Amino acid sequence: MELISPFDFVKRSLLAVQEYAYLSLRAVTNLIRKPLYLADTIQQADFIGVGSLPIVILTGMFTGIVLALNTSKTLQQFGSLSLTGRLVSLSMVRELGPVLTSLMVAGRNASGMASELGSMKVTEQIDAMRALGTDPYKKLVTPRVIATIFMMFFLTIISDFVGLVGGWIISFAMLGLDTYQYWNSAYQALKYDDVITGLVKPLVFGFIIATVGCYYGMNTKGGTQGVGRATTQAVVASSVLILATDAVLTQLFLTLT
Amino acid sequence: MPPLADTPDTVHKAIIFEDVSLRFDELTVLDRVSFELKRGETKVLLGIAGSGKSTILKLCLGLLKPDSGRIYVLGHDITLMSEEELFDLRSKIGIVFQESALFDSLNVRGNVAFRLTEEHLPESEIEKRVREALSFVELEEAIEKLPSELSGGMRRRVGIARAIITQPEVLLYDSPTGGLDPITSTTIIELIMKQRDVYKTSALLVSHRLQDGFMLATHYYDPVSKHMQPADGMPTRDIHTRFMILREGQVIFEGTAPELGRVEDPYIKEYIA
Repeated sequence: MELISPFDFVKRSLLAVQEYAYLSLRAVTNLIRKPLYLADTIQQADFIGVGSLPIVILTGMFTGIVLALNTSKTLQQFGSLSLTGRLVSLSMVRELGPVLTSLMVAGRNASGMASELGSMKVTEQIDAMRALGTDPYKKLVTPRVIATIFMMFFLTIISDFVGLVGGWIISFAMLGLDTYQYWNSAYQALKYDDVITGLVKPLVFGFIIATVGCYYGMNTKGGTQGVGRATTQAVVASSVLILATDAVLTQLFLTLT
Repeated sequence: MPPLADTPDTVHKAIIFEDVSLRFDELTVLDRVSFELKRGETKVLLGIAGSGKSTILKLCLGLLKPDSGRIYVLGHDITLMSEEELFDLRSKIGIVFQESALFDSLNVRGNVAFRLTEEHLPESEIEKRVREALSFVELEEAIEKLPSELSGGMRRRVGIARAIITQPEVLLYDSPTGGLDPITSTTIIELIMKQRDVYKTSALLVSHRLQDGFMLATHYYDPVSKHMQPADGMPTRDIHTRFMILREGQVIFEGTAPELGRVEDPYIKEYIA
């Protein structure tokens, strides 16, 4: 492995931040420039949204099940088993729904974007696109960013709902709770700011997933090995950024509400 | 787009390089390179791998920016132009990449039509022009195929069709015969010659193969027989082909085929031997 001086490391890191910021800015500013590539955006929305639906449903379902199982054990000790729906609902909507959905989508789509754009980069297809007079940021990056943000919103809602269904299955089948009691407790627990928190987070995470995936793809170097490296880095970086941003956003929303 | 440059003669010259230098970290890729490509002329860029040939093509398109010097393309000083402004200019330039760089998720039709689709031309017009371009490279039957289903030579021909579909004023060929067998290479050179002699397009051709350049300099395309013919015994025929040799980022020769044959420089003599 190549050893680099601390000076070079800092220089490279700053350059990477600058390039990421540039890509993010281009992706956003392209929204007001024509052409908008609506067909590409819809295609990406289908790939990201519909394609991610199975893993998002499975993740949401099992998370709800595990939440109900774990919380019921503690609640039973205090004779408050009826609060299971409340705990599942708050945990899913405020935190686990957005974060786990984002991590799943990051694993599937940030890697997909990095490998697809990375392959195009190393085979000069990105240069060919520029040479043919098309802005690759506009045609490739912006549709992915819009589609990911848009679909993350709905995927999170689905994940939250499926998680609640998972919790209900356990409450009804194993804990013997009444269906109405579970859903009423889950609904009553949620306040306006919980829902806002749970729906704003996936929009930010969607932006992170798409921009990080595209950044690593557009900056791929070194042939097929480079594509593999870019794919791995995209998943790691987007996952870490999602978790770090989640901490910041959680504190921010707690302060604001 | 910035106004047309008025200092150099951009009316008769398609591309002008003035003292262009470029470095990648510690490596000097181009060192004060100056040359001109006249309108209608084909310039063959020769040199060993890493001598800076392909970099010159990327600089012509503004895909790379020089560290110093000026580059004029079709009258515009591209060193002063932003990426947005360059997209307009690039529509007047065609390029054939070394490995074709076809979009692997699009079929031949999609690749050749890419520029026209981006310009939102009517479907019927796109179809007509795609078929014309594919007919020029004699590849109409492959219109529905994906790049992965094509041979290396076919991919280059699709690359040429994609580059010429808008009838650009300048064509850039990056090792169009690299890695191809001699028969396919000749077919590709014949297509380049056809473009040169039928449409009088200015072209920069990067090549490792000296024979490609000499074939271009000593033959012409005959539209009657639809094949290339030797230019011997036809002194009036001007085939507008010149050579330029690069060595370690510097231009060490520029001239015609006969001038190249008479050169005394030991490096060049060894290179062309």
